Amino acid sequence: MTSPGPPAQARNGDQVVADDLVKRFGDFVAVDHVSFRIARGEIMGFLGPNGAGKSTIIRILCGLLRVNGGRAIVAGIDVARDPEGVRQRIGYMSQKFSLYRDLTVEENLRFFGGIYGVPRADLAGRIRFAVDMAGLAGRERALVATLAGGWQQRLALGCAVLHRPPILFLDEPTSGVEPASRRRFWDLIHALAAGGVTVLVSTHYMDEAEYCHRAALINHGRLIAIGSPANLKQTALGGELLLIESEALGATLAALRDAPDVLDCSVFGNALHILVRNAAKSLGELPDYLAAKGLRPGHMTRIAPSLEDVFVQLIAADMASRDAAA
Amino acid sequence: MNLEAPIIRIDGLIKRFAELTAVDRLGFAVNRGEIFGLVGPDGAGKTATMRMLAGVMRPDGGAIVIDGIDAVADPESAKEHVSYMPQRFGLYEDLTVDENIRFYADLFEVPPAVRRERASRLLAASGMSKFGRFKAGQLSGGMKQKLGLTCALVHTPKILLLDEPTTGVDPVSRRDFWGILYGLREEGVTIVISTAYLDEAERCNRLTLLHGGRALYCDTPAALKARMPGALIAISSTDGRAARSAITGQRGVSHVLLVGDGVHAVVDDANLRIPQVRDALRRAEVPFDDIAVATPSIEDVFVALLETAGVP
Repeated sequence: MTSPGPPAQARNGDQVVADDLVKRFGDFVAVDHVSFRIARGEIMGFLGPNGAGKSTIIRILCGLLRVNGGRAIVAGIDVARDPEGVRQRIGYMSQKFSLYRDLTVEENLRFFGGIYGVPRADLAGRIRFAVDMAGLAGRERALVATLAGGWQQRLALGCAVLHRPPILFLDEPTSGVEPASRRRFWDLIHALAAGGVTVLVSTHYMDEAEYCHRAALINHGRLIAIGSPANLKQTALGGELLLIESEALGATLAALRDAPDVLDCSVFGNALHILVRNAAKSLGELPDYLAAKGLRPGHMTRIAPSLEDVFVQLIAADMASRDAAA
Repeated sequence: MNLEAPIIRIDGLIKRFAELTAVDRLGFAVNRGEIFGLVGPDGAGKTATMRMLAGVMRPDGGAIVIDGIDAVADPESAKEHVSYMPQRFGLYEDLTVDENIRFYADLFEVPPAVRRERASRLLAASGMSKFGRFKAGQLSGGMKQKLGLTCALVHTPKILLLDEPTTGVDPVSRRDFWGILYGLREEGVTIVISTAYLDEAERCNRLTLLHGGRALYCDTPAALKARMPGALIAISSTDGRAARSAITGQRGVSHVLLVGDGVHAVVDDANLRIPQVRDALRRAEVPFDDIAVATPSIEDVFVALLETAGVP
């Protein structure tokens, strides 16, 4: 079990500090004692199932929801004391892009420039910046409704950064966008981060955690793991992963469920994925174990876990501990 | 009946919606007893294809043959072999889990003894045994999908068509869901499943990658990954952007992608390019720890194939 870690030490340049946040809706605990920090220029991913509390935490940090406990500091400002001050320093982009579909690209940018209070003298320059960044040059007069999803997504990001916010909150910005556009979008996020912008981005695509400097896994309102993608893959699985090919998947699966040192196994396409304590040891022992049961497995090899493997394991362990506590 | 012959064969399938050609001369064959994936991003034509296979939408051209029956000419006969679970399965939210299952069992005229055994086994496999008296409307998205699958399976179809059953479902429910599908495959059920999660392609026995209503590719996941032109290398670096500038434009290096731990790039020959990339990084004084060959994801292959196919 990876511990979420102690409440992070105060570091210079932390742009987001969440300290023991609690949010209840009636009896329902949507955010359950969540603490983390995000450094300037860092891309933090928020991952978890639908309904895990990702959006609620983002709304708290944006000053849109009041907490029942704990404290949030964004851009050095206590969110509970000065939500308005926070909102001037952040950009926010939601899953549903909130663009005006019957307005053109440029009209949308002008409108959001007005909302965010971009000074008139700066507006033309900022719109130019947003158009170039989003790769929308030549499309300024196009109606938003006629743009493909990936273009709308980049325009929405352009709108969110018009007022040069040092912090960006992106709530599931890549839902329903095709892969090439998704990659281009992450490229933009990295460019903004390199310029010092701090980014918190939520997604339910587990593989997108790979694009983040660090990722936090949220389940039932609690933060159950946080770390760099490499770090999570190395430590959080609690074992090592093997792939075993077999003609008789069902029989092999049943036999492996009772095998020594096998923590978990499941069918994966034309093969089995087996979580074991020690890959080298099991690679040596399992062929004989299976042979004794009359099974002749095919190719067997150690594989690198995906972040999804890691998260499924962590969430299952979290649910088991909740069931045990209940 | 020839059991070796594909159980589903479609050929030259076309569906138009006004000016949009949603399915564009699509062809593939599904073997008996396999899990076949229709994989592609939103708008690729997955749902339209599923609806035509299920006999609820007429194609504008092409042929569909299901278990020897011409499904375009005689959709009603073809439907007898098929159970179809659309994206929004018709659960009654104000009925309980048990009542929903009973409703569908009546609809499919399943004998009471069979339905009890089957329903309790499916609910157990999806970790839902305790929820029989919950109203369907109270369930999470993942549980609703699993209940939908249970309802679609209270009878024993030869062919199961599942349209994006895992969209928005949490990863644990998704794994349960696939566990049930593998169990059905063992019973000999043929499954066609569509998904927008490219990584789910790896769970299928065979798949077709769809884009713009056309098939980019059709084969096993392993063969698909072998189609990756060149190799994927992963460079771990604390300064991914500097690493990217240092290697972009190098001979044999393409698709340089920033990730959290550094940079991924596609190279034509890993043995040749890893030393070259290492030199380039050193010359540019970019800090890096390690350069290793990485397993390409289906998304890597998809993006590469799109370019090979000349799709913008």
